[in-house]
Amino acid sequence: MAGQSCLVANDWVCGEYVRSRSQELIDATVEHIGITAASVLIGLAVALPLALLARSGRRFAGPVLGLTTALYSLPSLAMFSLLLPVFGLSVALVVTGLVLYSLTVLVRNILAGLEAVPDDAREAARGMGYGPWRLLWEVELPLALPALMAGVRIATVSTVALTTVGAIVDYGGLGGLIMSGLRTDFKAQVLTASVLCVLLAVVADLLLLALQRWLTPWTRIRRGRARRTPVEKVAQAV
Amino acid sequence: MNAISGAYDWLSTSDNWQGEKGVWNRLGEHLYFSGTCLLVACLIALPIALYLGHIGKGGALAINISNVGRAVPTLAVLVLLSLTPLGTYEDVPTLIALVLFAVPPLLTNAYLGMREVDRSVVEAARGMGMSGRQVFVRVELPLAYPLIMTGLRSAAVQVVATATLAAMAGEGGLGRIITAGFNLRDTPQVVAGAFLVAVLALCVEAVLVAGGRLFDPMRRRTQSLSLNGGS
Repeated sequence: MAGQSCLVANDWVCGEYVRSRSQELIDATVEHIGITAASVLIGLAVALPLALLARSGRRFAGPVLGLTTALYSLPSLAMFSLLLPVFGLSVALVVTGLVLYSLTVLVRNILAGLEAVPDDAREAARGMGYGPWRLLWEVELPLALPALMAGVRIATVSTVALTTVGAIVDYGGLGGLIMSGLRTDFKAQVLTASVLCVLLAVVADLLLLALQRWLTPWTRIRRGRARRTPVEKVAQAV
Repeated sequence: MNAISGAYDWLSTSDNWQGEKGVWNRLGEHLYFSGTCLLVACLIALPIALYLGHIGKGGALAINISNVGRAVPTLAVLVLLSLTPLGTYEDVPTLIALVLFAVPPLLTNAYLGMREVDRSVVEAARGMGMSGRQVFVRVELPLAYPLIMTGLRSAAVQVVATATLAAMAGEGGLGRIITAGFNLRDTPQVVAGAFLVAVLALCVEAVLVAGGRLFDPMRRRTQSLSLNGGS
């Protein structure tokens, strides 16, 4: 009874809205997750070769870092609009724009991770007869994983937020609900979609943190051992 | 290619630059929104960040605020604010949203800049008998300057981008040319508007980079040193 009236009264918080439009909310959330996931995964696939290219020589490092930084300073609405003649009103437009944004953080973090690999580890692997590719896949990338995952987390959280702007071409996930809520002055819809959007970012961040822990068990083993050895415990306390 | 030549035609039509919906007026709105809010955000964020950095407290707040800023969609905040009673005052929701999103990068970078000043340099300054205020003005501030400027730059980029998005919530600024283009299904206008916004964003960034170098306190120091050495 009270639920029906909150729709009529146009309250900010409305349980009846969430119940009666749950399908609409689920569809928008699924679209939002799909766009975000596709963008970050493609971004990662593009950023890795770019980071390797930037590492291979000074000649490439400047242009790669300069270009990705310039892309990052473009306002999101302008980025999507500039892609309009290429992709038309499509989901590809939104994904491409988000991929271009994610590149800045991803390239920088992968590069920082690769540069922080200790030379000893590299030398040891070469001494054991590792070729350049095997060195990359089995030694350098695993050691760069914490920095890479930190980049993926930042890129994912900002992509979740930026996906809403895709509403300008009708592929904005929860952003679409925010925009239609604005047009119809529907407060509960705007607030619910906004809160879901923030929740999505937080949940994605926590899941990626768990993934990072699972992928890099050695960082935990080192910490675990430190806890057990009293000498190191004292050293840490000091 | 059609859209690009169309955008060129749009930009070279003088009618599109004049009047209330013209480029000059929209550019003026954009610069007014961005400039005012950047200034207000600096007045709020910098004293807090520099003070916290000086006394070395509140690190968790300074770091977490930028994570929160990243997770909250700017569009959602713009729309939410315009639906509140504040929405009846035309520009107020945009101005508030712009300040909210400019504060985190300023706060985080200025705080980190202060904390990353070499502790031994601060100790040396204290040992020379400098007071807390002297250490702050003559040691910490000049050394923290590069990161403070980085914060200012990313805040400016953020503000220009958010001011563009304000058009989606029905406010003015250059973004309005883009949203109007979408409503009219006029791709050349969309591209022309996006081009203008992109040029503005890159110009703002370039001006801040150049200004940052010009006013770098350490640069003047090294120059005067080399002059002394030369004489």
